[in-house]
Amino acid sequence: MATKRTVEVELSTTGIGADGRPQRVPLVAGGDGGVALQAPPGIEPDLEGEHMLINIGPQHPATHGVLRLVLELDGETVVRCIPHIGYLHCGFEKIGEYRQYNQIIPWTDRDDYLNCVGNNIAFAMGAEKLFGIEITPRCTVLRVIGMELSRIISHLVWMGTTCIDIGAYTPFLWSFQERENVYNLFEGWVGARLTTSASRVGGMAADIPDGWLDGLKAFVRSFPKTLDECDRVVTKNGIWVGRTVGIGVMSPEEALNYGLSGPMLRASGVDYDVRKDFPYLDYETYDFEVPVGVHGDVYDRYLVRMEEMRQSVRIVEQAIARLPDGPVNVDDPRVILPPKHKATSEMESMIHHFKNVMEGPRPAPGEAYVAVEAPKGEKGYYMVSDGSAKPVRWRIRPPSFVNLSAIPKMVEGHLLSDVIAINASIDIVMGEIDR
Amino acid sequence: MTAFTVVTAGSAPGLPVPATPKQVPHRGGEANPSAEALRAKFGGAILRVEVVWGETNVIVAMDRALEIIRWLHDDPSQSYEYLSDVTAVEFRDSTLPIEVIWHLRSIKHRRFLRLKGMIATGQPLAAPSVYDIYKGADWLERECYDMFGIVFEGHPDLRRILLWEQYAEGFPLRKDFPLRGRFSRAEQLRQALAANPEARYSMEELSVADAYAELPQDMRARIKGGESTGE
Repeated sequence: MATKRTVEVELSTTGIGADGRPQRVPLVAGGDGGVALQAPPGIEPDLEGEHMLINIGPQHPATHGVLRLVLELDGETVVRCIPHIGYLHCGFEKIGEYRQYNQIIPWTDRDDYLNCVGNNIAFAMGAEKLFGIEITPRCTVLRVIGMELSRIISHLVWMGTTCIDIGAYTPFLWSFQERENVYNLFEGWVGARLTTSASRVGGMAADIPDGWLDGLKAFVRSFPKTLDECDRVVTKNGIWVGRTVGIGVMSPEEALNYGLSGPMLRASGVDYDVRKDFPYLDYETYDFEVPVGVHGDVYDRYLVRMEEMRQSVRIVEQAIARLPDGPVNVDDPRVILPPKHKATSEMESMIHHFKNVMEGPRPAPGEAYVAVEAPKGEKGYYMVSDGSAKPVRWRIRPPSFVNLSAIPKMVEGHLLSDVIAINASIDIVMGEIDR
Repeated sequence: MTAFTVVTAGSAPGLPVPATPKQVPHRGGEANPSAEALRAKFGGAILRVEVVWGETNVIVAMDRALEIIRWLHDDPSQSYEYLSDVTAVEFRDSTLPIEVIWHLRSIKHRRFLRLKGMIATGQPLAAPSVYDIYKGADWLERECYDMFGIVFEGHPDLRRILLWEQYAEGFPLRKDFPLRGRFSRAEQLRQALAANPEARYSMEELSVADAYAELPQDMRARIKGGESTGE
């Protein structure tokens, strides 16, 4: 089936639209001095209608992990996209059925490894729901700080890697430098940088050390400056705008129907944020705004994430101001270990410690689904207890898994180079997708 | 930024400002109003309603689950426009039924509902697919099939997703599946070494229309010569 096609050459530059938004402005051929937009008919190549298959990944840096995309191309246009996943699958949910609740927390580090503290806290919230535990006020505020810091570092990695995919290197260095500052804070708090295991059922692994808040305040002061620098370099950059505006558009109805969540959904104009609509950790008492895009393209997803980082800084500032004194862990012997000095000197405390560690706390039979607004979207932990110390079922609702499932829809009809931009805009983490 | 609109908590008209739930009881408490509406509409198809840790479970007859979910999605008084999750639960007690679970959200009404369909012991593992209603169910149902072997009837492309298509050990999240897998380490290694890695890149397997004629000559010759694609 040989088809004849014209070669369309669109030459464009960057301008500002009526709504103040950067956009591509086509260079129109006008008069004698204009630019020829179409090749003359005589030299139009006679292309055969052959489709080509190409394979991206699983070992390709632009796939952000071990994602494999098989693309059917017509010229340079994507006709069909078949994603293949599962290269990192290691059965987290199965392993969770053989672990006590506190022993699962290290596994939550490894599902979305850019949002470790957020995952730890979300899992602990689910387990606390099963145990019927109300955490202390200090712990609530500390968890908000942890959640928002992990949102910031996740978005920073997203911004850095996406800039590299699209051809800018400098924002990558800037964002990774700021990310380093947050990792230093995490190291000071719980002793680990990437795989933090920061939470416990009923509290946190540790209270923040003396002087830690000063470091956090310094970060909160310096970080918006870096963000502004990235903003100046990227937001109205001609190449960036040309590569992202109008690419991978999802309408609000489609975005909802495909189950997108997080910045992907909000860039399409749906104002769903778990923190606002189904609040947890007293998020309803913080003053922050949720950015909602209009066009649903890669550019709006970028804008939404940039603004989310600014709002996260606002939340952290408020959390610092209201951080109360008091214990971090609840006073509940079912889940909390006795102090170490007592466990080594008193018989009862030692037995308590031993039973808690070896047998593990047992929640009442029941089930709980806890969803939090993770950087990638609605992250849910669903756990079912039959009254034993280990869950019958531990389910991770992975936002990037569901977001990625819409990629065939988003890349269809776009150029091969746009696939890279669209894939980057989803902000996937393969550890979470494959689990 | 002019491109943004601002959302404030509780701005939806007629709805209370949402707040972090506190002092949630284990059993009982206020049920999601949709449960009562479902009872009124579907009667006998709603087998049981329970509230566990503040979340409403509605146990429905499996053969009417699709109809119920479609109504929840379409009816403006419910408008569950968002499918959070599709999953399943098998209990350690093998006499208990396997539960297929749909987590639905109504963003408009700020409601969360858990629907459950039961598959009794010995019954075929089947559930209706909600792909026609929610496109987001595509991969979620494939994963559930991959892990539990539950066949979602009506799904257009139900095949393994996280495990490879030739995976022969069964369905890992079933309780009769041992943690380390059915095959010994030696057998798993043998199979991995014997697998033809080219097969994962075979174009035949992708079933792309007209692609066979466009394969390179040597690849066509190999497929014609009977080289398997990894089956």
